[in-house]
Amino acid sequence: MEATQVLFWFIAVVTILSAGIVAFSSKLIHSAFALLATLVGFAAFYVYLGADFLAVAQIMIYVGGILILIIFGVMMTHRIYDTSKRTAHNSLILSLLGGAAMAAILGMIIFRSPWTATVFKTLKPTTSMIGTSILTNYLLPFEVISVLLLGALVGAVYLARREEDEE
Amino acid sequence: MEPILQFFYNLVPGLADLPLWIAATIVGAIVVVAMFTYIALFALIGIWLERKISGHMQDRLGPMEVGGWHGWAQTIADTVKLLLKEDIVPDKADKPLFRFAPILVFAAALSAFAAIPWSRSFIPANLNVGLLYILSISSLVVIGILMGGWASNNKWSLYGGMRAVAQIVSYEIPVSLSLIVAVLIAGTLDMQQIVLNQSGSILSWNVFRFFPFPFIAFFIYFIASLAEVNRTPFDLPEAESELVAGFQTEYSGMRWSFFMLAEYADMFVVAAIATTVFLGGWQAPFEFLTFIPAAFWFLGKALLIVFVQMWLRWTLPRLRVDQLMYTAWKVLTPFSFALIVFVSLWKIL
Repeated sequence: MEATQVLFWFIAVVTILSAGIVAFSSKLIHSAFALLATLVGFAAFYVYLGADFLAVAQIMIYVGGILILIIFGVMMTHRIYDTSKRTAHNSLILSLLGGAAMAAILGMIIFRSPWTATVFKTLKPTTSMIGTSILTNYLLPFEVISVLLLGALVGAVYLARREEDEE
Repeated sequence: MEPILQFFYNLVPGLADLPLWIAATIVGAIVVVAMFTYIALFALIGIWLERKISGHMQDRLGPMEVGGWHGWAQTIADTVKLLLKEDIVPDKADKPLFRFAPILVFAAALSAFAAIPWSRSFIPANLNVGLLYILSISSLVVIGILMGGWASNNKWSLYGGMRAVAQIVSYEIPVSLSLIVAVLIAGTLDMQQIVLNQSGSILSWNVFRFFPFPFIAFFIYFIASLAEVNRTPFDLPEAESELVAGFQTEYSGMRWSFFMLAEYADMFVVAAIATTVFLGGWQAPFEFLTFIPAAFWFLGKALLIVFVQMWLRWTLPRLRVDQLMYTAWKVLTPFSFALIVFVSLWKIL
């Protein structure tokens, strides 16, 4: 499985590098577009974990929907190319403390969880399993989420319409 | 990628002696090059055909001079011209994004070819979620178009990019919903399984099963897919009479031709999806015609749909933006939902 490992490291490097651009780029729009590589890289990791449906859904929802919304949001922001002005309220010590605490928690989780050695297993179709469990064991959460989404949809349409009437 | 490996092992038995990863890499590289060549050839012939069709539909001849017979070499000459053209990057453009946008758009278009079944044994990657994979990978095109439109730093480009995104995001919904109708019948997202599900005569194709619901879904898919690939009557992102050339305005030479290649590749991809999901894929229309190779049927059906796409381009005027949104949200989407309900009911009964 040499080729799969090379590919894995390549994807890992691309994902981390693009995540670095997202975090450190001084141009907001570059951060937004770099998120594309990060999200696609995550989808590739899902494939490595044998979750094919999740990988495809990740690209469809995050890249096809959420990322576009983020880019639109960035485009409507003033001064995308000039982010030298920083928000003045962040004190350095507090943010460092917050970051350190977060790192400590994540480190604890990483070192305490029992990782099983990865065994290369054949891809099993997950689509029907996901479908079955959504419509049996998790029917109530599924329905609650759909009602929530419907509410969000109606709310969005209502907000958009009212703005139209005022103009 | 087992089926395609098997296909090449049968073709070149020596390949099976190599370690798996070397064989897989070689086969993968060959398939990618083959697909790229196919896209280039398809665009070459498709552009010539489009100009001929448009010419004849408008009672003129189209290109006649280059190459002798009906100007067959016109696109080759145009390609050479594009290759030699200066590569202009506007001074005020966002250069990294400007350079990356055509790459992204074309890469997304090429990746979609990975899950298209050409025949029983030839499918580059027989994915379990093949149909969903193609739909999701096509959504990368949107980001590329938006990137190009923004990075050009040109108001026409930005308008074109914005329009493209609004249009593609809206029409993704009727596209997916109409495909779900066929997926409900097949019970799988695997492209090859969907085709095998429709074996038999022309009457067992998804268009004619559970009549008339998938038949309507096929037309909804076709209309929405026109919008997905920015073809007339939904070519608002380019709209040469309003926006110069939309998101491509600032591009020239090879970068522009990669946008063009991607557009033709996408045309073929949506036609291939329609063929696979609704028209029986590589299956022959009648049992006694199965001696003709499967790839012929697949290509024939897909190219017929491409021809209809071109035909419509020269028949219908462009829609306004509000009409575009009306069609997507108030006509195609509710109808597809109704179809899903009817087909599910029929399946349960």
